[in-house]
Amino acid sequence: MAWLTKPRYSVKKSENVKINEGLWRKCPECNSIVYNKDWEENLHVCNHCGYHDRLNAFDRIQTLIDAGTFVETFNDLVSVDTLHFHDGDSAYSDKLKRTMDKTKLKEAVVTGYGELSGKSVEIAVMDFSFFGGSMGSVVGEKITLSIESALKNKRPLIIVSSSGGARMHEGILSLMQMAKTSAALKKLSDADGLYLSVMTNPTSGGVTASFAMLGDLNIAERGAFIGFAGPRVIEQSMKQKLPPDFQTAEFLLEHGFVDMVAERKELKNILSFLINYLSK
Amino acid sequence: MGEYYLGFEKPIQEIEKSINDLKNVQERDKRIDFSSEIGELEKQRDFIMETLYKNLTPWQIVQVARHPERPLFLDYIRMIFDEFMEFHGDRYFQDDKSIITGLGRIGDQKFVVVGEEKGRNTKEKIYRNFGMPQPEGYRKALRAMKMAEKFGRPVLTFVDTAGAYPGMEGEERGQGEAIAKNLFEMSALKTPIISVVIGEGGSGGALAIAVADRVLMLENSVYSVISPESCATILWKNSAKMEQAAKALKMTTKDLIGWDIIEEIIPEPKGGAHRNYEETMAKVKETVLRHLSELSKLSTAKLVQKRYERFRKLGKFEKI
Repeated sequence: MAWLTKPRYSVKKSENVKINEGLWRKCPECNSIVYNKDWEENLHVCNHCGYHDRLNAFDRIQTLIDAGTFVETFNDLVSVDTLHFHDGDSAYSDKLKRTMDKTKLKEAVVTGYGELSGKSVEIAVMDFSFFGGSMGSVVGEKITLSIESALKNKRPLIIVSSSGGARMHEGILSLMQMAKTSAALKKLSDADGLYLSVMTNPTSGGVTASFAMLGDLNIAERGAFIGFAGPRVIEQSMKQKLPPDFQTAEFLLEHGFVDMVAERKELKNILSFLINYLSK
Repeated sequence: MGEYYLGFEKPIQEIEKSINDLKNVQERDKRIDFSSEIGELEKQRDFIMETLYKNLTPWQIVQVARHPERPLFLDYIRMIFDEFMEFHGDRYFQDDKSIITGLGRIGDQKFVVVGEEKGRNTKEKIYRNFGMPQPEGYRKALRAMKMAEKFGRPVLTFVDTAGAYPGMEGEERGQGEAIAKNLFEMSALKTPIISVVIGEGGSGGALAIAVADRVLMLENSVYSVISPESCATILWKNSAKMEQAAKALKMTTKDLIGWDIIEEIIPEPKGGAHRNYEETMAKVKETVLRHLSELSKLSTAKLVQKRYERFRKLGKFEKI
């Protein structure tokens, strides 16, 4: 009966290969090990499978705006907790402070102007790491101010979207930012100003249903999720599984809602080409 | 009317049952006269109703806004307008039944009318897609509004939707683009626009027909960036916490008027709009006409400029 007293063994799962965090990283999509320097040189795109990882706002600006020419604007605006919104765990005001500390950003959009291949442009870039890139009063205001600045200074406007939609912590005031930004874009459009909308992963909800879809040209980054309603909500209301490419950049291209799907490394050249052709 | 009672209306239901019982007895035997008892009970009922409705919680207001007997857009068409002719289709894909567009007249005033219709019974609700528009609904609405601009008629919109329909076809046909385009075009439409929220103002699906010079709300209607159920699901993974969410979202008329989201609250009859259609309609009609007469005094350029400024100033933030 020795087997009764024998220690029991179980199959031990081999631990995930520990990779030196500073030097290597794993692609979240294909699990390939990529040299960090290559990852960064490739603009956070996997050189094995082409997966486009999220870029924060300042890294994005670096990929688009000529070095040393970017001037940040309107960065003195910060959100306030008008509704005294409390989500059960913490107050919106506390969450804002924590998010600011963590991300070193003041809000979910960075605005400014600079040169794109030598041409002066107005640019607003959303940052998903700040409250899921959600649009509250400050995001709406900064984007509107950028649109107005593009109009006043006769610069082409580029907005790079990355957002979960309207920020519910600011209630109806968030919703109204959709109208505010769209109205400003109408003014720009009536003055024949050029607006190029770049949609990156993810662009959804109230951002899709306002400025992101209103570009003279809409450009989607490869593989990006772009949609109005979230897939979980749709699955619930449809009670069926959605096709795998549903609400991707490629799906929107197929259905006629974006003009092109671009690789990240091509983006600057595409924007520069369009500005050369269309800007007055 | 008066056949459906909300949970918090139980005291009203009980008294009304007693009143009806007495009335029935009276009817069966003409010699019995309960009129003084009935009068007393009616007074009691009115008092309770008034007290209840004066102190509604946000979640109770959401329930009143969705009340199955609340007047719907088709009731307004029937009761406010002296005549009405509907027109159909977005000219691209199909006719969306959850948005009705047409021409209507109140007295001498001709309007282009746009509104969301939820449907009264199950059959109607299915036909109207529960008042949740697809992209073609918004495109039809915009077509109507562009026509109003061209032929110089004011636009009157009635908002009553849980939201734009979240479905596969809607995504394929550009729900986001359709809403965005309406916000874009309405902001500079060269004719007066008045919007009345008559029940639920559900997020982008409501805003897409409410970028107006004047946004008016019936007292017990709501207007929100997200439904209390969805908000509760996201925050607490529990849609049953909608009471808490309704409170947190500040979606009632009293909350919204303070932030200049709406111009006027249209008072409802005692016990809510569903208890007296005539009174509700009369109030809405009077309020709309009054606002239109104010807007009519403005030049088109001034009107459009003021509409821009109206939305331009919305938002709360700090400068550091």
